[in-house]
Amino acid sequence: MSNILEANKVVKQYGDYTALNEVSLTVPKGSIYGLLGPNGAGKTSLIRIINQITMPDSGEIILDGEKLNPSHVHSIGYMPEERGLYKTMKVGEQCLYLAQLKGLTKVEAKRELDYWFDRLEIQGWWNKKVQELSKGMAQKVQFVVTVLHKPKLLILDEPFSGFDPVNANLIKDEIIELNKQGTSVIFSTHRMESVEEMCDYIALIHKSNKLIEGKLTDVKKQFRTNNYEVGILSDNIEGLMYDLSQKFTLSQTDFKSLNDELKLEINLGNATPNELLQTLVQRGQVTHFMEKIPSVNDIFIKTVTE
Amino acid sequence: MSKLNLIIKREFVAKVRNKSFIVMTFLSPLLFVGIAVFVGYLSTMKADQKTIAIHDESGLFIKEFKSDDEYKYVDFSLVDTKILKDSIVNESYEGLLVIPKVTNNDSLQKKIQYISNNSPNASFVEKIENKIAKVITAQNFKSANLDTIAYKNAEAKVEIGLAKASGEEALKGINEVKIVIGGAFGYLIMMFIVIYGNMVMRSVIEEKVSRIIEVIISSVKPFQLMMGKIIGTSLAGVLQFLIWAIIAFVLYFGATMIFGVPMNNKVPNLTAEQVAMANTFNLETLQLYLNEIPLVLMGVCFVFYFIGGYFLYSSFYASIGAAVDNETDSQQFLLPIIMPLILGVYIGFFTVINDPHGTVATVFSMIPLTSPIVMMMRIPFGVPLWQIGVSLALLFATFLLVVWFAAKIYRVGILMYGKKPTWKELYKWSKY
Repeated sequence: MSNILEANKVVKQYGDYTALNEVSLTVPKGSIYGLLGPNGAGKTSLIRIINQITMPDSGEIILDGEKLNPSHVHSIGYMPEERGLYKTMKVGEQCLYLAQLKGLTKVEAKRELDYWFDRLEIQGWWNKKVQELSKGMAQKVQFVVTVLHKPKLLILDEPFSGFDPVNANLIKDEIIELNKQGTSVIFSTHRMESVEEMCDYIALIHKSNKLIEGKLTDVKKQFRTNNYEVGILSDNIEGLMYDLSQKFTLSQTDFKSLNDELKLEINLGNATPNELLQTLVQRGQVTHFMEKIPSVNDIFIKTVTE
Repeated sequence: MSKLNLIIKREFVAKVRNKSFIVMTFLSPLLFVGIAVFVGYLSTMKADQKTIAIHDESGLFIKEFKSDDEYKYVDFSLVDTKILKDSIVNESYEGLLVIPKVTNNDSLQKKIQYISNNSPNASFVEKIENKIAKVITAQNFKSANLDTIAYKNAEAKVEIGLAKASGEEALKGINEVKIVIGGAFGYLIMMFIVIYGNMVMRSVIEEKVSRIIEVIISSVKPFQLMMGKIIGTSLAGVLQFLIWAIIAFVLYFGATMIFGVPMNNKVPNLTAEQVAMANTFNLETLQLYLNEIPLVLMGVCFVFYFIGGYFLYSSFYASIGAAVDNETDSQQFLLPIIMPLILGVYIGFFTVINDPHGTVATVFSMIPLTSPIVMMMRIPFGVPLWQIGVSLALLFATFLLVVWFAAKIYRVGILMYGKKPTWKELYKWSKY
């Protein structure tokens, strides 16, 4: 079984409004899967269905080879976007309670809590009430609660909101560490840089439909424009420009560099990168030559605005 | 431990540890005793004595007006009424009673006047009227040559013996005792529903506001959470009642230990007969009265109506809590819930006492929203078991229906933030 999660033609309607229109997803085991989409696209609806908070109107969810059933709540760790803790309850008691709701015994929960509190260096918080903690501190506790029962699948909705950069990094490292140990992660976010950095698979949901899904590199290939960024020092700029415009489409561009060179963005058309290089080398000193890979952000904006 | 148990335990502990719970539990009996003592003290205080001026032209009536603690009557028959009226404006007197002199008693009645700036209370007016009537009656007897003594002897006094068809002797005033006991049970159920229903609602709102709700319901079913909340909160309430019962028990026995025994020794002035009477009333009469009331049946029914009523209403409260974001928004939805409760109490105290088995009382003791209160008030008067059975069956059937419906609203509501929903939207939610 190579997929931790499969969604088959999931439909969810609220009254006349269709939140999910036959959405199918495949999340490979051991992946970090980015679920992207603008606000109101249907991400949260889908995540709630996976967590069995709501039921799909039609379609099915397969978790680790089995049709989704109530016992699966123990295999999933979910950190919702709208999250919180009981304000007047003590941190330790609260974690024990939430862990037991996830199927752990009190002893197991205590052991796991000791491990995580040690690891995140928050041992001193056990008897504090949540209302005494800062927002960032509460988020750490929230994270512990989410991963305490060693879920097979971790679903994180905007996991980094509310964290300062130091703690965000800490949590990011913990997520990557858990992933290395075999936990599959689905995370839904608007922060494209973290998607770029962490995800190996992405899916894009827009207006209740899934538009893109696949391995991040494959998706990027699909959106490849064959544009190259070029920097060149040349005595004969006019000649160079003439040569290039015969074969390629050009535009001026800008990137950071130490030289005062000519900076161009060149579309290869049907030519190969080597043909471009040959043209360039004849006319001057090449200081920069790079394929312009579309960022997730570009893909997101391009798909959503189309 | 099952998830439901975990939730019940958490809710219970959260309620019991709450400062306001502890304060309420131990302070309110004190407050209750304090208020009782205060009211008792107030009732022993005498009202200020009022002075009434009387202008009795014939001088026949003034003898009847003897001053007492409440009213002081002053004879101003010789002073002109006009001057007297002026002095009332200056508030030297509470009021002025003018009885003119006439030859014919029939015309007198309409001419007697009571003048006052304050409108007199009914019992005072009746008191004066009786005094005047007494004098006139005596005169009438005299003028008709009737023997007043013979008349008094001829007057019959009747006291009807009350009995039931079963032949036992019925006690006087038993109906009052019944309504008090039934009312106490009914009122207790209502108070519990309002106080603990509100607690359930607040607890739901708290979970919404702190946004923990989605974390919780990714582990448990919303229905489990709702039921756990309702049961846990009710257990906290039961604990509170138990503590109150124990406090009352201890106070009662403590009081009899300290005051009870020495008090009897301290009143040697009472005649033996009086002591005997007092004792009979305290023990035997009480026993007789209590024997008249089906206490065991009441106890059993109380438990069932209590559970049914509380669960029914707190499901409403839970779904309201789920529908709104804060307590202020809940008012609009709470009104329809409070109405039947208040209706139940009113029907109990006004209809049941007059006609415990009449149509109104019977119908409302069947309607599930009012039956826990009204039926509890009817039971001391003797209700056929089949009626209790039907009423309970209806109550529990409605309870299941309401819980099912409330759970649907709850399930959708807990994840809805933002604007206050309308009734129409609540109905729509139930179909999601």
